[in-house]
Amino acid sequence: MALSRLASSSSRSADLLKPLCSAISLRRPISTDTTPITVETSVPFTSHQCDTPSRSVQTNAKELFTFFRDMALMRRMEIAADSLYKAKLIRGFCHLYDGQEAVAVGMEAAITKKDCIITAYRDHCTFVSRGGTLLEVFAELMGRQAGCSRGKGGSMHFYKKDSNFYGGHGIVGAQVPLGCGLAFAQKYSKDEAVTFALYGDGAANQGQLFEALNISALWDLPAILVCENNHYGMGTAEWRAAKSPAYYKRGDYAPGLKVDGMDAFAVKQACTFAKEHALKNGPIILEMDTYRYHGHSMSDPGSTYRTRDEITGVRQERDPVERIRKLILSHDLATEKELKVLLTKFIYEAISMEISLDLFMVIDI
Amino acid sequence: MLAIARQRMLGQSFKKILPAVSVLRSYSSAAKQITVREALNSALDEEMSADPKVFLMGEEVGEYQGAYKITKGLLEKYGPERVLDTPITEAGFTGIGVGAAYYGLKPVVEFMTFNFSMQAIDHIINSAAKSNYMSAGQISVPIVFRGPNGAAAGVGAQHSQCYAAWYASCPGLKVLSPYNSEDARGLLKAAIRDPDPVVFLENELLYGESFPVSDEVLDSSFCLPIGKAKIEREGKDVTITAFSKMAAEMLEKDGIYAEVINLRSIRPLDRSTINASVRKTNRLITVEEGFPQHGVGAEICASVVEESFSYLDAPVERIAGADVPMPYAANLERMAVPQVEDIVRAAKRACYRSVPLAATA
Repeated sequence: MALSRLASSSSRSADLLKPLCSAISLRRPISTDTTPITVETSVPFTSHQCDTPSRSVQTNAKELFTFFRDMALMRRMEIAADSLYKAKLIRGFCHLYDGQEAVAVGMEAAITKKDCIITAYRDHCTFVSRGGTLLEVFAELMGRQAGCSRGKGGSMHFYKKDSNFYGGHGIVGAQVPLGCGLAFAQKYSKDEAVTFALYGDGAANQGQLFEALNISALWDLPAILVCENNHYGMGTAEWRAAKSPAYYKRGDYAPGLKVDGMDAFAVKQACTFAKEHALKNGPIILEMDTYRYHGHSMSDPGSTYRTRDEITGVRQERDPVERIRKLILSHDLATEKELKVLLTKFIYEAISMEISLDLFMVIDI
Repeated sequence: MLAIARQRMLGQSFKKILPAVSVLRSYSSAAKQITVREALNSALDEEMSADPKVFLMGEEVGEYQGAYKITKGLLEKYGPERVLDTPITEAGFTGIGVGAAYYGLKPVVEFMTFNFSMQAIDHIINSAAKSNYMSAGQISVPIVFRGPNGAAAGVGAQHSQCYAAWYASCPGLKVLSPYNSEDARGLLKAAIRDPDPVVFLENELLYGESFPVSDEVLDSSFCLPIGKAKIEREGKDVTITAFSKMAAEMLEKDGIYAEVINLRSIRPLDRSTINASVRKTNRLITVEEGFPQHGVGAEICASVVEESFSYLDAPVERIAGADVPMPYAANLERMAVPQVEDIVRAAKRACYRSVPLAATA
């Protein structure tokens, strides 16, 4: 089988890396340091019908390294998926999330596994942040039984019910009423937990979203509607699809918050705020200002409706992984060299089951 | 389907067959009589009482006591947390119901008629029916979608369509269609207890009809199996699926003894009962209210041709609604829905082949 062939090559490559990883030690132990560090979000929050949370976010070295690890792994996972798709090992649709990692990671840091998340088809990284493994991701993408949906779902249908991750939905906008239904059930069961229903700027104009928001507000459901605004609904820019692209205001009677979605700490702060709000007062909208580097899907080069300058500009100015890397360096938690080694170590650990390391070795750190 | 003929029969030929009817009724005069409405109401009541996860959702199910009074008294008994009046937003509330089912609750979502279910059909098919398969069993969706289906009286084209064929074609759904009070109670209870999405197609014209029910049916643990049809009336000359006890009685006068099968379950279809019956009688008439093309009768015919072809002595006939949007005028509406006479004519054709096949109405 293909995977076992890859396994032997990975163990070969893994053996080569082992001495490298242990050779350089870090100045401070990274996994246990929880001395508080305060960081400022990139920009202040903007709100509609509610207060704004503080720009100062509490964190620590452990969390910083966790964010770095998780987002860097997600970035490489998506790039690897790109290569696999081009090699025709992944079929059908493949919607990649690179650039948007901060939303998945920041959200997870603010909540527990009792809270539910439901999203659309750009779901690989959300699945991983809820505890899914890389093996489950790649096996599912390649249609294998080891996949999270045993090969029956595909890219758009990842689920992890034991972590309250409800998919993975292909019909634009459908996940929002479903998410409000999850929130209804949480309230009905008195679980003191909330649901995050993620959708894009394209789905933000769907009628069923407003139907579900209306019911959620009437019934005070603990539903948080999160618009991952990457500014393009497939190939249509937000200003061409929405008369009012201020998605955080579109809830009208429902409060909203606009958040820098490329800043994991802003996302974390906003989600903490939203959870507290939703448990007491019902639905709230979070608009995450984010960006995807890839096109809408693998069949979209992503450059017919936006300029390459725009893409490189965002990558240089606002990249979420880069932001965390800079924070780690500026707080003197590790050197550049140490971070490079650490990343390789993280990758090696994550894929030490039967996925070829070679795929990742191709990517320059 | 069974309902319409009953209604028409009662209206048109009541006097002629009254003796036959009262003979039938007095046979079971010892048993209690309940209306289909009472049967559905009691089934909902009992299932809500037995399982706190069951809740009702739909337009006018609460304070209005139900658009057709099916949910009468349930708001008072179980409170507004379990009997929820929704705004007129089928896509929204159906999605919410399915999401609640994902989490583990057991919603019973009412559509005022199944015509309005088209607004929510994406959630029924893509969010409910397919999720168990797509998630390889992680997500189960124990939801029931219920409401009146098919023609009523004089409500026009947009309020009269039968959706049995549409929903029954979809893997992942179960589709039930009760006829009498026993069916209504047993099948609704089975639907609510079922871990998969069930489309429960009622009939508005039958809600007020009374049927005898035994003590067993009235017991709160009563339940009918999904996927089993019932032989309402045994016969030997022709099999009629889905419809018209009364038609069988008319046929008896002409010496044709029809075996009438009440399908109860459209998906899964009880192919074995149907085929066993056709192997006995050698002739089949399928009757339905919905449009003829790609209908339930077409599926039954295909099943019989695949499994029992050599037993057929005559081509399978389908009696269906007219291939036209339902008209309003009473005489046109009558012509657009199968009548007892249509079934009798078809049965005679199947038995004698003496009258050429009429073009489908």
